[in-house]
Amino acid sequence: MSPQNKTHAELADKFNRDVERVNWHDQTLWFVREKRDKAAHKIAEWEQLREAASQIKNNVLSNLHDYLVEFEQNALRNGIHVHWASNAQEHNEIVHSIIKKHNVAHLVKSKSMLTEECGLNEYLHQQGVEVVDTDLGERIIQLANEPPSHIVMPCIHWKKEEIGELFHQHLGTPKGNADPQFLTAAARAHLREHFLTSRVALTGVNFGIAETGEFIVCTNEGNADLGVQLADVHIACMGIEKIIPKRNHLSVFLRLLARSATGQPITTYSSHFQKPREGQEMHIVLVDNGRSERLASDDFRNALKCIRCGACFNTCPVYRRSGGHSYHTAVAGPIGSILAPSFDMKKNADLPFASTLCGSCTNVCPVKIDIHDQLYKWRQVLVKNGHTTASKKVEMNVMSQVLSHPMIYKFSGSVGRWVMRTLPFMVNNKFNPWYKQREMPEASTTSFNSWYQNNRKA
Amino acid sequence: MNIGLFIPCYIDQLYPQVGIATLQILERLGLSVTYPTNQTCCGQPMANSGFEHLTKDTSHNFVTNFSDFDYIVCPSGSCTLHIKDHLHDDANPDKAISIRKKTVELTEFLTDIIKVKNLDVHFPHKVGLHQSCHGLRGLGLAQMSELIAPPFSKPENLLSMVKRLELIDLERKDECCGFGGTFCVFEEAVSVKMGQDRVADHTVHGAEYITGVDMSCLMHLDGILRRQKSNVKVIHIAEILNSVTK
Ligand code: SF4
Repeated sequence: MSPQNKTHAELADKFNRDVERVNWHDQTLWFVREKRDKAAHKIAEWEQLREAASQIKNNVLSNLHDYLVEFEQNALRNGIHVHWASNAQEHNEIVHSIIKKHNVAHLVKSKSMLTEECGLNEYLHQQGVEVVDTDLGERIIQLANEPPSHIVMPCIHWKKEEIGELFHQHLGTPKGNADPQFLTAAARAHLREHFLTSRVALTGVNFGIAETGEFIVCTNEGNADLGVQLADVHIACMGIEKIIPKRNHLSVFLRLLARSATGQPITTYSSHFQKPREGQEMHIVLVDNGRSERLASDDFRNALKCIRCGACFNTCPVYRRSGGHSYHTAVAGPIGSILAPSFDMKKNADLPFASTLCGSCTNVCPVKIDIHDQLYKWRQVLVKNGHTTASKKVEMNVMSQVLSHPMIYKFSGSVGRWVMRTLPFMVNNKFNPWYKQREMPEASTTSFNSWYQNNRKA
Repeated sequence: MNIGLFIPCYIDQLYPQVGIATLQILERLGLSVTYPTNQTCCGQPMANSGFEHLTKDTSHNFVTNFSDFDYIVCPSGSCTLHIKDHLHDDANPDKAISIRKKTVELTEFLTDIIKVKNLDVHFPHKVGLHQSCHGLRGLGLAQMSELIAPPFSKPENLLSMVKRLELIDLERKDECCGFGGTFCVFEEAVSVKMGQDRVADHTVHGAEYITGVDMSCLMHLDGILRRQKSNVKVIHIAEILNSVTK
């Protein structure tokens, strides 16, 4: 549950009170899904690409240890400092120690969901270091003091008029100006200042290549490159699952990533970092933070294949109508719902239930993660670990009793359509959530069973 | 060919006409159909809520009732999928596996096993097809919009054989309706919004009826339609395919 102890259902209920906003949010994201469809349809071998990507990632997960060692050796040979962090705390401390060594009080950062997962900004803030997010979307939510609501489009829940108002307050743009081009230019001018004065730049990593020890950062705004090229120190934070074996394999992923994410053929910048330039210092922090534990689980390992394209968000009919913040985790949406319970089962026990198991996510996913099957499996794990309510337990036990005994089933049917009483959503009163906005099914006078016995049985 | 008729619990209890239509369609094809009267349910309502461990006895009862047929035909994509993916019976593991393979959803059965080429039925109305997710993405009754692959649709193909039926186009042809089993009450707000949006897509395009292979989704959409006092009705695809020309 969220800091305010609210479940996804409660937060989604609140989100749905503003119908116009829900419609806008739904349509904005559906538009991105349609762009993805158009881009994918232009690639005749799309499904083969997905299969190839999935198999490369399966191979990586089966040989992760070897690829990581290979990656480290090559990176060291290239003159990169390599650090290993077993959890979020260690990751934050490592980053801080590098910053401290260089004695700086601020740094520029380019999109990294991993640092979001580790709570880096907050940690550094406590240590007196100011982090400036340089992706436009990230900067917007940073100014608004909010977590991202989407892994690719972190401020997708903000309307342009609201961004105009936010910039008016923080950057002094004229009140009422919501022209996207004007606002982008204003943000750029404001960020330039930070780029020019930051000696340390931090980026995430989209892919690390074992055979060369290089890493690739994909962005649309070029801000990662600008930050890194101007700074003396480049820190790259990377989850250990981001490894791919060979440079050759990159083409498969680059063709899938941007098309799945936004419908673009490729991200505007796909920057390769292999060795520090003259006089520059380059660090890679390799982070586990629960990943090797997940690797050991047959049911949930597959989620480590994720390339963070966000396609499962855009396609998810529940996400589109509940907004990213209702998931109360750094990574929202379908993939967030299968990642979050392993970090904190109690806090995130509601998330695997925030789905109809429609399966759209699984089939849109460029690396074929069985997201909806994992949601189903998480439900079983959560209930077995006691993360359910007493009333649900009772309901389910009653249901099990009725359904496993044909005689009870038929008897309770004959005395008033047992489903109306047994299925939890069938109670006809004003406390029943079904009835709030829906009529009840009309009770039938007979069951099929008794019709059959009267009309067919000799 | 010996057919066992599997009528899901909520159809048995709330929509017997759907069971009757299914039976009559199969009988008109000259098939020998038996409805085992001690059947109850596939166990899905419990399993999808995280209580798969409570479905043991229900599953055992299912296996006891259905092990003697060549095919088990069911007018629900969702319940069929649950049997195919999850049926276990510790007492008869082999029988359970064989039942998984032999259980077929109605439109799939008519298309792939019987290979129906024409139907002497008519339904002079504008109809919208709601593609229930478990039938669509789980059983592959039609091509889903997520995949880059050639289109096909078993339910649509059958509906195209119905005289004077006009199938309408939809804006989002395979978005989920938001029923989702207990999702419909635990996530009431989102569930209802999803249902309202589906209903709007059909009504804007002039549907008189919304049909589909799963009565559970249709029950949810019907609840919304009736609350809106709409004239649009839901009807299970078996009922349309059973509209014999008089
Ligand atoms: S789970 Fe798949 S679709 Fe979702 S973000 Fe990851 S790679 Fe993209």
